[in-house]
Amino acid sequence: MPNLALDDLRAPPTGLRPRSRSFWQTVGRRLARDPVTLTCAAVLLLILLAAIFAPLIAPHDPYRTSMARRLLAVGDHRHWLGTDELGRDLLSRLIYGGRMSLFMGFMPVVLATIIGGTLGVIAGYAGGALNMAIMRLFDIFYAFPSVLLAVAISGVLGAGLVNSLVSLTLVFIPPVARVAESVTTQIRNQDYVEAARATGAASWRIVTGHVLSNVTGPILIYASSLISVSIVIASGLSFLGLGVVPPEPEWGLMLNTLRQAIYIAPLNAILPGVMIFITSMCSNLISDGLRGAMDVKV
Amino acid sequence: MLAQSQPAAVGESSSAALLRVADLRKSFPIKGGLFGRAQAHVKAVDGISFDVRTGETLGIVGESGCGKSTLARLLIQLIEPDTGTIALDGSPMAAGSAALRVLRRQIQMVFQDSYASLNPRLTIEDSITFGLKANGTDRIEAKHRAHAVLDMVGLAPDMFAQRYPHELSGGQRQRVNIARALALGPRLLILDEAVSALDKSVEAQVLNQLQELKQRLDLTYIFISHDLNVVQYISDRVLVMYLGKAIEVGPVQRIYNAPLHPYTRGLLSSRLSMDPRRRVSAAPLSGDPPNPIDPPSGCRFRTRCPIAEPLCAQREPGLVAAGDSHIVACHAQHSGSGHSLAAQA
Repeated sequence: MPNLALDDLRAPPTGLRPRSRSFWQTVGRRLARDPVTLTCAAVLLLILLAAIFAPLIAPHDPYRTSMARRLLAVGDHRHWLGTDELGRDLLSRLIYGGRMSLFMGFMPVVLATIIGGTLGVIAGYAGGALNMAIMRLFDIFYAFPSVLLAVAISGVLGAGLVNSLVSLTLVFIPPVARVAESVTTQIRNQDYVEAARATGAASWRIVTGHVLSNVTGPILIYASSLISVSIVIASGLSFLGLGVVPPEPEWGLMLNTLRQAIYIAPLNAILPGVMIFITSMCSNLISDGLRGAMDVKV
Repeated sequence: MLAQSQPAAVGESSSAALLRVADLRKSFPIKGGLFGRAQAHVKAVDGISFDVRTGETLGIVGESGCGKSTLARLLIQLIEPDTGTIALDGSPMAAGSAALRVLRRQIQMVFQDSYASLNPRLTIEDSITFGLKANGTDRIEAKHRAHAVLDMVGLAPDMFAQRYPHELSGGQRQRVNIARALALGPRLLILDEAVSALDKSVEAQVLNQLQELKQRLDLTYIFISHDLNVVQYISDRVLVMYLGKAIEVGPVQRIYNAPLHPYTRGLLSSRLSMDPRRRVSAAPLSGDPPNPIDPPSGCRFRTRCPIAEPLCAQREPGLVAAGDSHIVACHAQHSGSGHSLAAQA
């Protein structure tokens, strides 16, 4: 066979080289071109900023009750969104309520992603008996519906912010771990992982160098879809009196206390529900956008 | 069982064996039933012994499913053998031993699927430096080394180091895989169907480059392929595998010009000739290989063999020298075996 000149195979001079983009750069660019995701992100950011800067924005004290101004209708000249059953300004309470509701939406998911993701990756990469032990343990959690489980754990631990945070985190760890485990199991059998093992690299190095970069995408997509669930369940816990304790403003709790006013001032009563709906809807749509943007052969 | 694998015969008189494999076996359990107990075992590699001499290219051929890839994975310690030993330069490679880390760097492998063997999230440079860093090379030195090996395989580092696998062609990716394998400074490179997925012109370029690299870096190759022409072109010696066993080993000219085992003959006659006047005359191989869960008794090839006799079902032929460092496992070639075609002792 004639020896083909290797120089022919060298690519043209450096100046012509197109810029290489990493996976995350590509995903970022695709997200930036997606109007739905951008709109939802803007809405969420608005709610988040309002919650953070609540003392500066809220027109009234969210705790100040007034027997004379109970259940003022939406559109009142002093209280734009009316007042609740104790005469507290509803707009201010909704703004302040965002603090707790967003915290309860994101924090359990973040914690569960870190803990469940780690356990799932370990189980997936180790395989064998360790995998069996970890995954069967999580399977026990699957015997109960997530809402019931959250209610049960909160019920045992008692009402309060930290306890509902713990219970929600526990509820989300098994599904995150399961996603992480199944993705890791796929990655583990790829040739590039075998090639890495052939170099004699330690397991932790292969996991951090090769596995994590490929499993974070799918785990993030799944975790982002849990945020809305978390907000709804957290609100549900508060609604049942297992979450945030009155008079603290929180959307779920507000929905509960305004429930009696549903025939007198229906618009006031559903406002916290509208906030829950908007927030969870937006985080779901962002999750979908993320899924679409990551579905790229890179 | 008579002459069931004779390492003495396999080792021959070679003085410089880089890799010595003795009676390597690996079977995989087939799990089933309620408690996932092993129902049966697939004997993927079933007692194989051979030497790889320093500086040679040993071609390994066989049908798909004959255990070629399992053998490759055993050799680079991705899976542990059930029994048998692998020794590199006389030092046994045993799992868990401190020397293994040093030894395994000296054997590297290039996989068939150029895309699956590169992490899509890492740049070419990061893929190559990973193994170096894992072995204690510092970042800057690893980068220099990565650029050096990229240059060696004919990919300009300026152009390719910062790119991602999906931006490269199949041939370029396979060069990157070769570069990555070379980065650790191995002495033995296992090429498991390394050029099979490339189109013919690129395949030729990569093969030539492999030859060049071998000269330059004093490498030894194990070249695993189902492509008989490629094996003939690149190999010094050829090992023919059938159902997890070596059935014929010899210098490439002997194997291709005067094959002794009926399986090797069948395999070679299945090749298409470039000359229309040279029609396939020998009996072609028919049927599929038998199930490796329950291989035939005696000689494993007897179910498809044109010259099988009752004897072949009773006794398994060992690998016996047939002159000029050529060994074969066939009763018809062993004098005194009792086969009607064998010379009477």
